[in-house]
Amino acid sequence: MAQIFHHSTNLISRLSIYGGVFIIALLGAALYGIELSPWYTDQHVAREQPVPFSHKHHAGELGIDCRYCHTSVEKSSFAGLPPTQTCMTCHSRIWTNASMLEPVRASYRDDKSLSWTRVNALPDFVYFDHSIHVSKGIGCTTCHGPIAEMPLTWRAGSLYMQWCLECHREPEKYVRPKSEVFNPYYQQPKNQLELGRQLVKEYKIQSLQNCSTCHR
Amino acid sequence: MDPEGSPNIAGAGEAPVLEPGHTLATVTDKISSIVLGRGTTKGWMFGFAIALALLMMFNVAVTYLLIKGVGIWGIKIPVGWGFAIVNFVWWIGIGHAGTLISAILLLLHQKWRTSINRFAEAMTLFAVACAGTFPLLHLGRPWLFFWLMPYPNPMWMWPQFRSPLVWDVFAVSTYATVSLLFWFVGLIPDLATLRDRARKRATKIVYGILAMGWRGSAVHWTRYETASLLLAGLATPLVVSVHTVVSWDFAVAIVPGWHTTIFPPYFVAGAIYSGFAMVMTLAIPIRKFYNLEDMVTMRHLDNMAKVMLATGMIVAYGYMMETFMAFYSGDQYDRYLILNRMTGPYAVVYWSLIACNIVIPQAMWSRKVRASVPALFAISLIVNVGMWLERFVIIVISLSRDYIPSIWNMYYPTKWDWMTYIGTFGLFFTLFFLFVRFLPMISIVEMRSLVRETDEKLEK
Repeated sequence: MAQIFHHSTNLISRLSIYGGVFIIALLGAALYGIELSPWYTDQHVAREQPVPFSHKHHAGELGIDCRYCHTSVEKSSFAGLPPTQTCMTCHSRIWTNASMLEPVRASYRDDKSLSWTRVNALPDFVYFDHSIHVSKGIGCTTCHGPIAEMPLTWRAGSLYMQWCLECHREPEKYVRPKSEVFNPYYQQPKNQLELGRQLVKEYKIQSLQNCSTCHR
Repeated sequence: MDPEGSPNIAGAGEAPVLEPGHTLATVTDKISSIVLGRGTTKGWMFGFAIALALLMMFNVAVTYLLIKGVGIWGIKIPVGWGFAIVNFVWWIGIGHAGTLISAILLLLHQKWRTSINRFAEAMTLFAVACAGTFPLLHLGRPWLFFWLMPYPNPMWMWPQFRSPLVWDVFAVSTYATVSLLFWFVGLIPDLATLRDRARKRATKIVYGILAMGWRGSAVHWTRYETASLLLAGLATPLVVSVHTVVSWDFAVAIVPGWHTTIFPPYFVAGAIYSGFAMVMTLAIPIRKFYNLEDMVTMRHLDNMAKVMLATGMIVAYGYMMETFMAFYSGDQYDRYLILNRMTGPYAVVYWSLIACNIVIPQAMWSRKVRASVPALFAISLIVNVGMWLERFVIIVISLSRDYIPSIWNMYYPTKWDWMTYIGTFGLFFTLFFLFVRFLPMISIVEMRSLVRETDEKLEK
């Protein structure tokens, strides 16, 4: 009886059995890598905006307080986006002819809001409140990154649940004194853990991890 | 050869497990020719067409479900578990007979398992495939089914390991894996036989790949025996564990009618009961259409009827104890549940269940009934229906009226429920028709060893 398969089939079949395991494992790892990559999450990717607004210039170099524009951050779940009038408090006096600012002036003239591109948007099934975080000693830069160094704003966190839980599980690693919450240049001290534990106690910070804390 | 000297392993008076006159060659010829010699017959095409049509109906029902969501089904609070879970438990239960026959009866050296184990195992696999679709479709967002598995993910989420629903995922997926491996390992020598007997080159190549280079050397046989024994050992606890875990889905909850400790043994017995009924339902037409009466003999049907009788009695005991415990506990909710089953809006379902599962199968005490093929076929169908009704009673009646009367509500299946359920028969029988056409439905290897052993017995 003639052979059905060539002798080399032995090697191929062995390779396919042993190789299959590694290929499946590698495929899983690759998928996980893609899921975590900035290409998929937009983390660290600066967004185009209708006006190239620079947090680096305004919050950093000029030292304007975060709350000057994001007025409701201490009282509301939403930090608030400034109306064009807020821009015009200064820009009706300075850089009045800059072509870069024409969309702002047009918005003011026509009474039509600028439509900014949202950088940090949580899904609708997540309940998030800025006010509680700010009032318990979580700084702006803890989540939003080095905002005073961003010419165009990018997303500093992945916004994955893992990213939320990192802090919710160990708030002492991230908490800062309430007086430093709006300081865009705040650096954690060397004794962060020691200070953190003390602040967690003092501010009565709970490590909330129930599903219903955020998924209400 | 006179009847007394026939290859009869059991004592005199019982039918043989293999009719006399078979040699090693005739066994191999007969089984392999069904696949290779017979070709595609009109009868097969007719059956396959019906099965495929039902499968297409299943596809329609599932597609519409994926577009619209589970709202197209009849489920509505308080009855959140309707047909999907009834059908899941029913199908997964049916699978258990295959595992029992191939694993436990192998370890117990029951020779009568030999000619029915291959298609009983196939039945297990296909039943598990049908069962598995239901909880996945019931998820609502089936494309996220992988969330059921613990794997590293950026949500930092794990399944809720304290929930029996998660244990179910592991129980059923383990069951499917072990059953598939067991079935395939058992097939390898037979696939090699088909490869060697095939005439067309393409057929040779296909069976050749599936046979994985089997040459029948002594080394191959040792490894084959070891692997079979190990897999049988792995599969044995699964016969008991899978349906035990399924029963925990209910028993761990506090719904009256679910929260009882008797559930695991009574579910396992019920599973084997329905499984044997299904093996019988499949075996009777198969032995007729493929003229296999000499291999699947009256002895097999008789033994299966006895197993059904025994497991049916355990199930009956379970029903009795449920009723007794409700009375004995003095708990008003448990008492009301039983009363509601017997006299409530679903009373017809309950009494049909008692008739199908307990009253009618008692006919199998009679030797005459066990010797009548049409009677056994009818009883096996009735038990299949009865076991489906049992799951309906447990799930729907308990949920529709639990603690708070203000949320009581009736459950009625919609046409989509029926189409999905009947559609899984399409899936099951499509796979089964393909199986009987392209694979040896009786284990050639094991039948040959049966011939050898019966011959040795004759020589003594």
